[in-house]
Amino acid sequence: MVRLQLPQKRGSTSYTAIQAAAIPVVAVLLALLVGAGMILALGANPLEGYRALFVGAFGSRSALADSAVRAMPLLLVAVGICVAFRAKVINIGGEGQIIAGAILSTIVALSVGDLPAVILLPLVLLMGMIGGGIWGAIPGAMKAYLGVNEILSTIMLNIVAVQIMNYLLRDPLIDPEEIERGTRIPQTERLPESADLPILVDGTRLHLGVIVAIIAAVVGWAFLWRTTVGFRVRAVGHSPHAARYAGMSVPRMTMLALSLSGALCGLAGATLVFGSQSHRLITDGSAAGFTGAAGFNGIVAALFGGLHPLWAIPSSFLFGGLLVGANAMQRAIQIPSALVVALNGLVVVFVIASNRLRDDLKKRAANG
Amino acid sequence: MAEFFTASVLVTTFAAGVRLSMPFLLAALGETLGQRSGVLNLGVDGVMLIGAFFAYWTVLETDSRLSGVVAGLLVGLAMGVLYAVVTLVFHAEQGISGIGIFLFGLGMSELLFQELVGTPLPIPALTEAPIPLLSDIPGLGTMLFSHSLLVYAGVVLVVLLTWLINRSTFGLDLRAVGENPEAADSLGVSVIRTRAIAILIGNSLAGVAGAALTIELGTFQNNLTNGIGFIAVALVYFGAWRPFGVLAGSLLYGLVTATVTQLKVLDIVSGAAASLTTTAPAVLTVLALAVIARRSASQPAALTVPFERRH
Repeated sequence: MVRLQLPQKRGSTSYTAIQAAAIPVVAVLLALLVGAGMILALGANPLEGYRALFVGAFGSRSALADSAVRAMPLLLVAVGICVAFRAKVINIGGEGQIIAGAILSTIVALSVGDLPAVILLPLVLLMGMIGGGIWGAIPGAMKAYLGVNEILSTIMLNIVAVQIMNYLLRDPLIDPEEIERGTRIPQTERLPESADLPILVDGTRLHLGVIVAIIAAVVGWAFLWRTTVGFRVRAVGHSPHAARYAGMSVPRMTMLALSLSGALCGLAGATLVFGSQSHRLITDGSAAGFTGAAGFNGIVAALFGGLHPLWAIPSSFLFGGLLVGANAMQRAIQIPSALVVALNGLVVVFVIASNRLRDDLKKRAANG
Repeated sequence: MAEFFTASVLVTTFAAGVRLSMPFLLAALGETLGQRSGVLNLGVDGVMLIGAFFAYWTVLETDSRLSGVVAGLLVGLAMGVLYAVVTLVFHAEQGISGIGIFLFGLGMSELLFQELVGTPLPIPALTEAPIPLLSDIPGLGTMLFSHSLLVYAGVVLVVLLTWLINRSTFGLDLRAVGENPEAADSLGVSVIRTRAIAILIGNSLAGVAGAALTIELGTFQNNLTNGIGFIAVALVYFGAWRPFGVLAGSLLYGLVTATVTQLKVLDIVSGAAASLTTTAPAVLTVLALAVIARRSASQPAALTVPFERRH
């Protein structure tokens, strides 16, 4: 048996964790600076805007709760992205996997009816994972055994998932009342109450899904760094040749990574449905209408957290907060909240572009 | 179903399919050039969106569609400069920085649209420019030779890029840089410059693709592309990195989309089932690739691998 070692993190004295953490923070500040320039160019006051943004995101109990709820799907997707990207699989099918999880959990909740919450809640969350897992396993198998590039297949499966959702909500799963009234809004009836994710703090929207997401992050970390399978996933991503030489099955790990990644996105889909205020699955015809683009914003959060599931927790909270605060900013200075989406994009570009700078710093520290 | 298989319906459906495939084609051709040089750009959708907005806004202000296309091209070029700096100077990981470019384009186009325009005012749509004589051929004339100038430009571009990639000196550099940058560098080919040119042309084409889309539709809305740029990237894989392969993929996508639309118009599929048929192009593309992936040409060897000269 050939032994395989992955590079270990070293506690270098001159290259400190502070330096490593400083780069993403600088990237965010840089993006905010560019944003300030844009706000100025559009004739508004950036300081006033950013004040409204941060107060709206983190300034009160209910704001913090809203940010946490908004962060929940981002965190679940981000943990899934950590697993996939660590195996060098580019999963941009988060949107479709979220939807697949939402669909399967909704169908099951509607068909089993009113079971006690202790049974129904875990059941629907599990169904979310299975739905998303299947939607991740398809491109996983196609990549592993047919050689189909996962970028292509995950993009296409996003499109397919949205349209399946649109079909189901317009016909087989539509709320019977919508047909009676003739309004035909594409949504399900109210889902069984025992499947509602319970509210944790009265007077806020903070619900159990947030805890589920944090647990998933811890489990994700333990899987990647404390289990043999997790080690194999990382080994395959780090060097497929070495992994194969050490007797690992690269196709199997690729498929596993994409399935797990999909399962976490599917869990996000289930928590989005059963933690929603309407307690229904509703479509506006587009993917982002249901997911809030969590499939993409989760990638941002994962990267910002250095593809580490535990760092993804604060990172998701930050980006969830920015997305919530964007609405407050729009109200305060009449700059469309889309600005924050653009800034998120810049944060990704800056963080990724500065990775090399970080590596250089590391090298210099290692060389003394 | 019988009413679909009449000559006039088939001819108009085919013509619509050709027209619909153009934004896919233009964006995918640009992406092909970039990928042949070893650079993956997942941000095509974002570049298209921002190009589409500026093209729309320009047409709205100047009433000139040509200026709109030029605006789309210039904005694409500017985004290309950004992407070239990020990938070539900073060696950023390409698959992921593309997601950043996508989000940036998505947010910026919505922001600017709401700030500068607000409501989706119509702009004059593209008019057809039938080719004399050829357009008079029954059937074929409508299918192939009665299109807007953009369609002809797209087809000419396929031929032009095939020549550029396979027959020109620049194409030789391009392929060398995409397959084995170290070898190309040792022979005196500038890897950075070659890749930069490919990125700039590729992003400009994405900008033009956005312009083509907004002008074709005669309006703009948030997230106008609805993923066309991502599909365009997928079509490059489908077309095995060859302009004619990309043309085939784009036509497949456009023709299936047009057929589905026509089936809806004729009420052959209706109601909720119509949304399922909308997935036909995506499903077909994946299935086709599942069948041919192992046999088709492999991707450029240095795709997504940053180049750094070793001393």
